[in-house]
Amino acid sequence: MKTERGQALPVLVVCLVLVVVWYLACIPMNAVVAQARIDAAGGGLYATLTESWNHTRPVIPAPHQIVVELWNTVFMIAPWKVKSLLYHCWVTLSSTLLGFVLGTLLGIGLAILIVHSKLLSKALMPWIIASQTIPILAIAPMIIVVLGAIGFTGLLPKALISTYLCFFPVAIGMVKGLMSPDVIHRDLMRTYNASAGETLWKLRLPASVPYLFTSLKIAIAIALTGAIVGELPTGAIAGIGARLLVGSYNGLTMMIWSALVAGSAMAALLVWLVGHVERKTLARMGVRT
Amino acid sequence: MAAAVIEAKDLSLTFQTADSPVYALSKVNLTVEDGDFVSFIGPSGCGKTTLLRVIADLEQATSGSITVNGLTPQQARLARAYGYVFQAPGLFPWRTVEKNVALPLEIMGLGDAAERVKRNLELVNLAGFEKKFPWQLSGGMQQRVSIARALAFDPKLLLMDEPFGALDEIVRDKLNQQLLDLWARTRKTVVFVTHSIPEAVFLSTKIVVMSPRPGRIIDVIETGLPRDRTLDFREAPEFLKLAHRVREGLKAGHSYED
Repeated sequence: MKTERGQALPVLVVCLVLVVVWYLACIPMNAVVAQARIDAAGGGLYATLTESWNHTRPVIPAPHQIVVELWNTVFMIAPWKVKSLLYHCWVTLSSTLLGFVLGTLLGIGLAILIVHSKLLSKALMPWIIASQTIPILAIAPMIIVVLGAIGFTGLLPKALISTYLCFFPVAIGMVKGLMSPDVIHRDLMRTYNASAGETLWKLRLPASVPYLFTSLKIAIAIALTGAIVGELPTGAIAGIGARLLVGSYNGLTMMIWSALVAGSAMAALLVWLVGHVERKTLARMGVRT
Repeated sequence: MAAAVIEAKDLSLTFQTADSPVYALSKVNLTVEDGDFVSFIGPSGCGKTTLLRVIADLEQATSGSITVNGLTPQQARLARAYGYVFQAPGLFPWRTVEKNVALPLEIMGLGDAAERVKRNLELVNLAGFEKKFPWQLSGGMQQRVSIARALAFDPKLLLMDEPFGALDEIVRDKLNQQLLDLWARTRKTVVFVTHSIPEAVFLSTKIVVMSPRPGRIIDVIETGLPRDRTLDFREAPEFLKLAHRVREGLKAGHSYED
């Protein structure tokens, strides 16, 4: 994951261009809210820029306003307070991780069943694929409401929405991975009269590890999406999803944007973490580097 | 005389395919004695690999009978009567050399694994490579690891399916010599599939010449050669005479025609 010196420059240039475009876009887009103040300040370039880029309730906040908002909500408030962004990150992260673990276990379990039984493969595969054709936004409130009605509230219902999304890539990837050993390897196990369990444990599972990690990277990212979506119908109590909702109800664009930045930072961190574990694991399994 | 290790009578195997049946083996009769080094030689499609797979219970014959150590192939497989070496090394890439050789020992629950691994790696001249991963080894070394793996649980019968087919001729010569030494030392019974005439003549006590469509045995040649052969033997007149007879057999079986 080393970034070459030669790669850093182009990335920085693109970032810079985006920031410049953003600042320029703030001027016409915030005109609706800022025009009166610009006129009051007597117009001119200086007044236009300062008022467009520093409005307290902008249509689109300038980048430095988001940075200040992030700084204030991350570092200036104790992380266990409801106003802290870290508190909301933790709420979302905990249900993401729980959902991810459950989804991974479910996906692996389904894949093991599918590769060992033609009947189960025929019976389960259509349902697994159909499950992903239902829009998650449609089914998430139902899961929350139904589970709430039978007494499950809080972390678990949200986590189950993540599970619902992320078991799919794991199941599909693991079916492919468990089927990946060569005919020679399977014949070899047969000459040893190895049981299905031994073949699974000593051949199929190790062979599927690279497939598993590819799936896990997709799964962790959509588990986060699932957790955020799961926070929307709960009445927006806590979490990144709640911040997005509260922000949009009250026109607090800076809150929305800082929640967005926090959400993508978490996603990037989680994907990187899975990639890191992948590299360590594959190195231990003797994959040439 | 001791009972035959392998005894096939009128053995036939027909694969049913979509358009027409394929006669992979037709009325094969064969006896392999204890301590023999038997080669199956013939062109692609002559059923030599299929015959080996029937012995190993990886395919089932359609008709006729076959026994391995007096048992059916399935019973023999369940009794772990043979070690099988495939065309490709088939090592598990996530296991080191020693762990690969230990694989059958783990599955069969055999004790003194460390000692067996050490002994068999020495047998194929790979002592000192225990901790290497397969990709760090050359193709010839990988195939030697797979031979050590096949011998790890000490089967009396070694089945080898073109084990050196993918290697260059120089490496192949060297491995042939090593295999012969190994055979002389361990007194195993070896059944060896090849499509190389020099390899078959050099290694075997018995050469089974096969021919395709339908897969059948054309000729069985008892070579009667001494066990301690060296590569120089390939220029000896007896060697050339035997090679000639194999070639004549293949010709008679239309193996050189399209």
